[in-house]
Amino acid sequence: MTAVTTTTAAPTEAGALPPVRRRRRLAPGRRWPAARLAGPLLVLAAWAAASAAGQLDPAAIPAPWTVLRTLGRLWTDGTLATDVLTSLRRAGYGFAIGLAAGVLLALVAGLSRTGEALVDGTVQLNRAIPTLGLIPLFILWLGIGETFKVAIIAIVVYIPVYLNTHAALAGIDSRYVELAEVQGLSKPAFVRRVVIPGALPGFFVGLRLGVTGSWLGLVVLEQINATSGLGYLMFQAQNYGRTDIILVGLLIYGVLGLVSDSAVRLVERRVLSWRRTLSS
Amino acid sequence: MAPHTEQLTRPAVRLRDLKRSFGGRTVLDGLDLELPAGQFTALLGRSGSGKSTLLRAIAGLDHGVAGTGHVAAPRRVSVAFQDSRLLPWRRVLDNVVLGLDGKGAVERGRAALAEVGLAGRERAWPGELSGGEAQRAALARALVREPELLLADEPFGALDALTRIRMHHLLRELWERHRPSVLLVTHDVDEAIVLADRVLVLERGRIGLDLAIDRPHPRSYREPLLGEYRERLLAALGVTEDDR
Ligand SMILES: Nc1ncnc2c1ncn2[C@@H]1O[C@H](COP(=O)(O)OP(=O)(O)O)[C@@H](O)[C@H]1O
Ligand SMILES: [Mg+2]
Repeated sequence: MTAVTTTTAAPTEAGALPPVRRRRRLAPGRRWPAARLAGPLLVLAAWAAASAAGQLDPAAIPAPWTVLRTLGRLWTDGTLATDVLTSLRRAGYGFAIGLAAGVLLALVAGLSRTGEALVDGTVQLNRAIPTLGLIPLFILWLGIGETFKVAIIAIVVYIPVYLNTHAALAGIDSRYVELAEVQGLSKPAFVRRVVIPGALPGFFVGLRLGVTGSWLGLVVLEQINATSGLGYLMFQAQNYGRTDIILVGLLIYGVLGLVSDSAVRLVERRVLSWRRTLSS
Repeated sequence: MAPHTEQLTRPAVRLRDLKRSFGGRTVLDGLDLELPAGQFTALLGRSGSGKSTLLRAIAGLDHGVAGTGHVAAPRRVSVAFQDSRLLPWRRVLDNVVLGLDGKGAVERGRAALAEVGLAGRERAWPGELSGGEAQRAALARALVREPELLLADEPFGALDALTRIRMHHLLRELWERHRPSVLLVTHDVDEAIVLADRVLVLERGRIGLDLAIDRPHPRSYREPLLGEYRERLLAALGVTEDDR
């Protein structure tokens, strides 16, 4: 063995040690506020510039201000407000029912073996059939009214909510089960304090997929089988070649999707605040 | 720190002819053991010798494991695991009082945290604690229930050497104040000698060596007389001169 020497570069003369220079940071720097808006704003600017320069065919891609003017006109003296409300109601009811069903079934299947035997296989089977393929059958069963649309949206929503929540409930860390046994928790206390909080991250994954699914279902339903609502408005606009109205519809869909996703994220951040502290 | 000699006569744990096997492979093979109430015992054994299996049998955690034999243990048993096993979604204090109900649970939890040196960290998330702090919180959770028996399965195995020594002092101190029976599983011979008053070696499914350590506390790792115990234990564990 050799003796360990601490290597502080031999100080031949005072001041010969090189001063430490901070190393170049390799990780990207701090985010700027609202940075994610930069890309879309750039696209918008390019669109406006191209329109102003007359580079775009107004019949194919109308200028941003034309779209805004159409939006204002449709809102004040058209049916846009009622159409948006109709669409929101469909998506909202469908989402709420799908969410409740997904969570309920996941709890039944995740917390009891009997429940799992009855529910899980059935849902897996349901999942194998693309929900939009059920549309003809549901129209025959429920008619072409609101009930059928809400039902289809609910099915589109409940599947990802169920799958993710059930997987999270079933995948609970066995070490935590053992801990709960050692601490003498009752079954209800175990479910409330260990199983459900542990499954929340998985539930939120399902929730976000469900939100996306509800808008997707809405768009498809409204564009093929509706006589009111945002999608119907766009469908009609297609017949009259009104791209500005179609863009208004897309804009509103986009805003609704963005707002709902942000809302879910916000709730998720609040509820799962403990996750941000995990170092590993 | 009154001596609890009268308690020492009453057994806290009694195991008779304990057998446990996994898929036909016998791990515990007719093991007999008695732990007097209030004794601090350490259990050594090679990796895979069945220490955790024994501990889990005493804690009643071995559902579905094949085996026979008689196990008697107190009602109030606490277990400390190698990982602190704090629920990441509950704050530290809520973790400590997990499963504790009735009035005063929170107050007792606070007191237990203060006792392990974590006063002021009640509202922290487990993810914010260092390894040593998390293990302290786990000790507080084990002790707040005033267990008659504390089972600890390599509770310091994942800590760095310095933190481990601190935790040794803490555990011994807590034991002297509360006097539960302790069964500490460890793979560290020195840890066993410094902490325990009796050291067991698990070997071929039974207690192969049962050694009383009659030295005053606190003990230091450098105490020369402890070397004799170390030799005997290492020999029982099958560590030969050549291995060292
Ligand atoms: N759940 C289990 N399933 C199958 N084998 C197991 C199980 N638990 C432990 N064993 C086996 O039993 C033996 C003893 O394990 P364990 O008690 O964990 O040893 P130790 O804690 O002394 O390292 C090991 O060979 C291990 O592989
Ligand atoms: Mg083990």
